[in-house]
Amino acid sequence: MATRGFSGRGRDAAAGQPGRLPPGQFLTTDFPVLSAGPTPHVAREDWSFRLQVGPRPIKSWSWSDFIRLPITSVTRDIHCVTKWSKFDTAWEGVSIDDLLADAGLEAPTQFVLAHSYDDYSTNVPVKDLLGGRAMVAIAYDGKPIPAEHGGPARLLVPHLYFWKSAKWVKALQFTERDEAGFWELRGYHMYGDPWREQRYTGD
Amino acid sequence: MQSRAEKLVWQSASVAAIEPRTPTVKSFFFRLAQPVSFVPGQHMDVRLTAPDGYQAQRSYSIASAPESAGPVELAIECLADGEVSPFFHETVAVGDEVELRGPIGGHFMWRVDDGGPVLLVGGGSGVVPLACMLRHRATRASAVPVALVYSARTAADLIFGDELRSLHARRDGFHFLPTLTRETNPLPGVRVGRIDAELLGDALACLPSLPKIAFVCGANAFVETAADALLGLGIAPATIRTERYGG
Repeated sequence: MATRGFSGRGRDAAAGQPGRLPPGQFLTTDFPVLSAGPTPHVAREDWSFRLQVGPRPIKSWSWSDFIRLPITSVTRDIHCVTKWSKFDTAWEGVSIDDLLADAGLEAPTQFVLAHSYDDYSTNVPVKDLLGGRAMVAIAYDGKPIPAEHGGPARLLVPHLYFWKSAKWVKALQFTERDEAGFWELRGYHMYGDPWREQRYTGD
Repeated sequence: MQSRAEKLVWQSASVAAIEPRTPTVKSFFFRLAQPVSFVPGQHMDVRLTAPDGYQAQRSYSIASAPESAGPVELAIECLADGEVSPFFHETVAVGDEVELRGPIGGHFMWRVDDGGPVLLVGGGSGVVPLACMLRHRATRASAVPVALVYSARTAADLIFGDELRSLHARRDGFHFLPTLTRETNPLPGVRVGRIDAELLGDALACLPSLPKIAFVCGANAFVETAADALLGLGIAPATIRTERYGG
């Protein structure tokens, strides 16, 4: 049923590209910052990233190791559960495929729990990280990722709601089961597909 | 935390009342078809539908205490270039219906039973979820020590200003520390200037011990400044919860 007197405003921004905005989203040209707590500041010399299977570390990289890995550039639309979407965001980083290749590892389970420096976590199925669908990003718009946007490095999984693109990522942990991360434990959807509007638990 | 069994569904809500709060903020009181229980700090999603089926959704923090029997209050600030808030301010009338969904948010929440001391830091409309926490505290006649640092542009922009001052006057463990960033004619004793470590230190000094939890809410730049200052004052990062209103 229509809301009396409402016709929408600023719809033209996305009107030329029907179907590009997921349901319930609005287009922004800003890049809003959202987080659960204060911004951690991690210096590159202190930064490391590791893959682990359950509690067992498999491989870790220092910053200087990491930037020697193959760097991929992608331009993607991103969608935040708080309703904003931003088109054509440009990122550079190491694809999860290349990380696994460097570790000499095939994904040992079907699920991953990503861990961040501020103790944030979020879960993503392995199939959503492979085949070029995800990376550990180290640059946004041609420059190092600012701390408030998740730098030095963040996970990037743009086809899911952006809370899955864990800022300040430090590890990917392969898990036997799909383990709920920080927001998933607090009412947010386990998978988070913006095209099915999977914002909250039960959606 | 919301239980896995509760699916959030859209429901119809009618506007029971509209009350101006400041030159840019109005409170909208919604009677829900299916009343919900919520925790202070949570928000509701609002959905508007145009005749051609186009829909817009936004989130607004709940201002009314969970214990209050009447309609749910959302305090909405009018953003000049917004799509939804100007519609609320210029077009919505008592009796109109919109869709609401909620409550949402499993982290930025506080109940009296969670204990304290509590530090609340709000900028502009970021005070709304914090005011909800304070109204809940007052309804429960709680003596949990709480300090609220609230930054607004001018005295007229202090949302719920009278109410916050009268809660402070009860001397029941709640301390209100407003600061005005663009006030040119401050009343005596009213602090003028942006939030800084000194003001936050004054707030911490009102509490009997370091806060068990701190809630910081407002625009991103405000939250960054406040959170960084709190870290500099020795507040542990894990005790700081932030809610950032967009850019």
